Amino acid sequence: MAILDKHKILETNASLLLIFSFLVVTIGGIVQIAPLFWLENTIEKVEGMRPYTPLELAGREIYIREGCYNCHSQMIRPMRDEVERYGHYSLAAESMYDHPFQWGSKRTGPDLARVGGRYSDEWHVDHMRDPQAVVPESIMPKYGFLEETRIDGKYIQDVMTSHSIVGVPYSDEMLAQAQADFRAQADPDSDYDGLLERYGDKVNVRNFDGQPGISEGDAIIAYLQMLGTLVDFSTFTPDASR
Amino acid sequence: MSDNTSEKKNEHGNGTTGHNWDGIEEWDNPMPRWWVWTFYLTIIWAVAYTIAYPAWPLVSGATAGVLGWSSRADVNAEIQAVEEANAPINAKLEAVDLNAIVGDPELNTYAVSAGGAVFRTWCAQCHGSGAAGAKGYPNLLDDDWLWGGDMEAIHFTVAHGIRNEDSEDARYSEMPAFGRDELLTEEEVDQVTNYVMSLSSDANDASQVEAGSVLYADNCASCHMEDGTGDREQGAPNLADAIWLFGGDYEDIKHTVTYSRFGVMPAWNTRLTEAQIRAVTAYVHQLGGGE
Repeated sequence: MAILDKHKILETNASLLLIFSFLVVTIGGIVQIAPLFWLENTIEKVEGMRPYTPLELAGREIYIREGCYNCHSQMIRPMRDEVERYGHYSLAAESMYDHPFQWGSKRTGPDLARVGGRYSDEWHVDHMRDPQAVVPESIMPKYGFLEETRIDGKYIQDVMTSHSIVGVPYSDEMLAQAQADFRAQADPDSDYDGLLERYGDKVNVRNFDGQPGISEGDAIIAYLQMLGTLVDFSTFTPDASR
Repeated sequence: MSDNTSEKKNEHGNGTTGHNWDGIEEWDNPMPRWWVWTFYLTIIWAVAYTIAYPAWPLVSGATAGVLGWSSRADVNAEIQAVEEANAPINAKLEAVDLNAIVGDPELNTYAVSAGGAVFRTWCAQCHGSGAAGAKGYPNLLDDDWLWGGDMEAIHFTVAHGIRNEDSEDARYSEMPAFGRDELLTEEEVDQVTNYVMSLSSDANDASQVEAGSVLYADNCASCHMEDGTGDREQGAPNLADAIWLFGGDYEDIKHTVTYSRFGVMPAWNTRLTEAQIRAVTAYVHQLGGGE
């Protein structure tokens, strides 16, 4: 075939080879990625999803900083053993405000996609301080320093702003009240009506680490206690075509 | 490299590629036939695969594939099959009197092994995979029970939990924080701590025991009973045995008297089915301490 004979032109010209290689890779990328933007069943719509509150977002930053994703996934696959152990399989929409998502690829510890509400705050405090005290066979390192590290949410508004740049719908009010909401969620004696108004009634407002003041322990427990709890699966009907 | 085409042929009748590096030439042998055919087969396989399984993006959705495969349908069918297989025995488990489970060998075997799986999934994180508990989390192997250890009591505790906000029927009691709320002075807390220690072993300071016993009678005996054996109606622990939920050395007991303790257990009737709750009840009951 004549066109195949012309292959020599590409193979003997480095710049041309580079351009055509990019062209081929681009076609492959378009075929794989572009349909995701128009196919209606790529991400099904679910009720209940909301952006992370400032305290939860701070907890999520700690989760990422400590590399929790190296051992814990947040992705329950549609298999019977996983569904029976961890709960309803994860939906794509449940990660819609995760930048980046924390699906993970390795489970040294258990999946955490639906760990919210599964244990008490006290258990989390005990477990962070000394995982082996409650789970003797665990190999998780100790994270007792989290409850000793004070945080004040000074930069949380900036973090939220950067998340809103990539598409998380934080309103101007949410951004303006970021630090106030950050403090209110960890203090049940505060006036937290504004927080619930902005983020919904289901937001947990507690002194998560059981100590006065706000620590990194408060933030990470607030984050863990809401994981996978937003979608109400009693009213959810999965799209059968998936 | 030059492109001087050579007229040479090898024993298979193939020529050279025409490449020539300082006289070194390259035979233009074809790929092995088995390799070529495997390659063609993978292409055919790939096309057939995209027809059989979900693959091609169209206008509003992707092709579903002629096999109609779906991971969600798969997992639903698998779970449903197991539920259907277990439906008769689960129905029996839910209907039977709790105390009759142990008398029915088939039902008991099912309940204990199903309950073991429930325990390892939902309970082991606090009570330990072997149910021996940890400091602050009760040991379920011994016969020391806070809220009762017969089938009914265990079933109620599992279903409604302890001191949680999920269930209105959750077991509830709250020990006063005698030191923090200044119901007792620190000296009095020391005295009562010494008395409580003397109930099961030796007090730290025997001279304080007598004063402590008066304070105990006034402040503690209404729940923990005069002899310290506790009250299951209120989940008040037995203080006269050597089993301690929150630690039995002087500092631990003093901390308990000063700040109180508030152990929480979730209500499981919001997460588990009645059959699962009954199964785990049977499992916990047979661990050794069941009454």
